[in-house]
Parts: sequence; C-alpha cells; structure tokens
Amino acid sequence: MVEGILEIDDSIFDAEVLKSDKPVLIDFWAPWCGPCMAISPMVEQLAGEFGDKIKFVKCNVDDNPISPGKYGIRSIPTLMFFKDGTVVNQVIGIVAKSKLEEVINKIL
Amino acid sequence: MKSLDYDLVIIGGGPAGLTAGLYAARARLNVILIEKIVPGGQVLTTDWIENYPGFPEGISGPDLIQKMTEQVKKFDLNIESNEVISLDLLSEPVKKIKLSDRTITSHTIIIATGASPKKLGITGEDVFFGKGLSTCATCDAPFFKDKMVAAVGGGDTAVQESIFLTKFVKKVYLIHRRDQLRATKILQERAFANDKIEFIWDSVLTSIDGLANVEKITVKNIKTGDTKELSVDGCFIWTGILPNTNFLKDEVKVDNYGFIIVDSNMQSSVPGVFAAGDVRSTGLRQIVTAAGDAASAVFSAEHYMENRILFKFRGNGQSVKR
Repeated sequence: MVEGILEIDDSIFDAEVLKSDKPVLIDFWAPWCGPCMAISPMVEQLAGEFGDKIKFVKCNVDDNPISPGKYGIRSIPTLMFFKDGTVVNQVIGIVAKSKLEEVINKIL
Repeated sequence: MKSLDYDLVIIGGGPAGLTAGLYAARARLNVILIEKIVPGGQVLTTDWIENYPGFPEGISGPDLIQKMTEQVKKFDLNIESNEVISLDLLSEPVKKIKLSDRTITSHTIIIATGASPKKLGITGEDVFFGKGLSTCATCDAPFFKDKMVAAVGGGDTAVQESIFLTKFVKKVYLIHRRDQLRATKILQERAFANDKIEFIWDSVLTSIDGLANVEKITVKNIKTGDTKELSVDGCFIWTGILPNTNFLKDEVKVDNYGFIIVDSNMQSSVPGVFAAGDVRSTGLRQIVTAAGDAASAVFSAEHYMENRILFKFRGNGQSVKR
C-alpha cells in the first residue's frame, strides 16, 4: 500500500467511504488498465498535498465488483469524490493534475 | 546567442516527445520536456503493439511507454509535469512558452502533443461517456463481459480494439460508414475470421440512449436511409482523431483538420519550431513514424541553432571558425 492511500475492499466501503468524517477521493482502478497505472503516481502526489483534508482511497474493481457496480462504473480510471456519503463529483479517464486540483478545491 | 532558458522545449510526452527527449538529451542540449498529464499519450490506451520493430512477441502500450520513459531517464532528461497555455513566437528568434505558472524562453520548440479521439457530435455522446460509451477498450472491456457492444470505425484502431473486445464480450457490432475497412490487411483478416464480430456496413451511429447507462444505439444506413436500433451495453468510438493544439491560435500553419504542416525536416511555418508525431499533418500515424519524426526534428533543431550562430557572427562582421 502506498503511504496516505487506503486500499479498500467491498466489505469496508460503507465504513471507510460513506461514513468518513473527511471528504473522500476514491480511485477505481485495475491492474490491467494502463491509464490507471499511469495516473497512479499523480494520485499519490495529490494524497501528499491534500491528505490532511481529504481521505484518499483506492478500490480494485477486479477484486471488488460490488462497489463499482453500485456506482455504475463502466470506465476506469474513474475518480469519484464523496462528501457525507454522497457523490459530489467524478472525473473519468486521464486528466491533468490541475483539473483534479480544481475539483478538489471545489469540494473542500 | 542571447542566453535563453533552454535550447529546446519539447511539448508532449508520447512516443514522439520521449524520442525527441532521448535524442536531445544524448546531444547534450539544454532541454526540457513538458507533459500535461503523464508520459504515454494514446499509446497508454493501446492494448497490443506488434508493428514496432524489436519486439517480436509484441508489447502492450503501457509496457512500451514504460520502457521509453526508463530510457530517457537513463540520460537524465528533464521532464516537467505542466501545461502549455500558449506560445509567443513573435519575438523571433526567441520563442516564449507560457506555462501554467511561468513563462520560459527557448531557441527551439518541438510540438509533440499528439491527438485525441474525435467525437461524433451525436445525441447522448457527452451524457454517456464513462457510462457505457468509451474510447478505450483496454480500460473498459472487462466491464462488458458477456455483453453486447458496438464499435464504430474502420481504421486500424477500430479493428484492432474490436478484436480485443471479443476476448470479453458476447458480440461486437462493428459499424463502419463504408463497405470496406481501411485497417491493415492482417487486422482485417483477423476481424473477418472472428465469429464474435458482426459488420454493419455503410452505416453511421445517430444516437446513444439509455437511462443511467447505455442501453441502445440507433444506426443509419447511409445508402438506403434505413435506421435501426440495436440493444447494447457498451459503445466504443474510434472514428478518427483531432490534434491536441488548444494552446495554438494561428502561430503556425495547419491543415484543414488542424494538424501542423511541416517540411521534410519537421520544421513548421515558423523557423525553429518543429512538430513530430500524430500532431503533424501526415498520411500515416504510427508509433514508429512518431519516433522517426522526433529524431529528425531534434536533428533539425540542432542544425537550426548552429545556423543561427553562424548567421549572427557573420552579421556582426566577425570571422567564423567551424
């Protein structure tokens, strides 16, 4: 596990994401997804910068089909932003770091 | 020469940009590569590459990019994650590159920003992106296990990626506006031999519908005018690309589609500004041509700088020793 990013499974999704005190950025990914692997260092950088205000979480969609199914994930990487248990924003595909910072600043 | 920040600024970190970086770093140029997102570009979404020489077994797009990135790092190429906002090429010969946080100056520029999948501009396209509509089979195919999907296009990407889709899905409708494919023959042979691909010729996609996710598409035969609906869970669009040139206004000459026009030395309409790879106006866009363009562009950039020095000294009436 990368420092500052919590790898979760379906069983703890509710507790770690929906019931989180802090806003959550969840990265839905899979090991076969090239773009997911490519943006992973960027998400780690963001975790370093915003980790005190936002909880960073990763969910492997291969091992955990329930949560991505529940949120209609059909494309990865999808970065989904949760606040008080609801989805407040999502970014699909690879985007510039500045775009993610913009979204983060909006939800903070 | 007046002291500028860089000899060469490379914009973009796909195969063209990384190759330019490799050549420039080995030429000991004072170079920086600016990449907006992460190195790789469209290759990251390419499932399998078997036409890049040196990999007889083939190689995945992400693996090839990882190797290219490792290679440039070996020569200490300076890669910065930043975005080019605009270029100012008016103060010839100084090129100013406006980044998100500062402006840098350079003697030469290589534009290697690549291209992105083109949108069709049809109903439902924006709404369903990521909800069943995709341009990346390697990212999303497993979500459509044993489902029906549609693919649109007839070039290499459409055919190659449709074949990849068949490893997961029940069936692919391959929709193409002509009655024959444009893709490389070997890909065509594989597609025709694949039971899971059903071709829908002379047809275009006119809409994508569904509640939360893609549920059906409408296809129109352009010869007969007939339309029909197909129930699908996914729809992949590979009908061509558009150049990534948002940061340009009219600084360099482009073709009718916005791709940068260059000469045989990869030089654009502005001396000292070069283009390489998918972003340039060309008949063939491959990883191998992107790499070749980039090597030429760096060679031309070096040549340009040498000539500038000669020109300047001559202009000052000083002797030139070479």
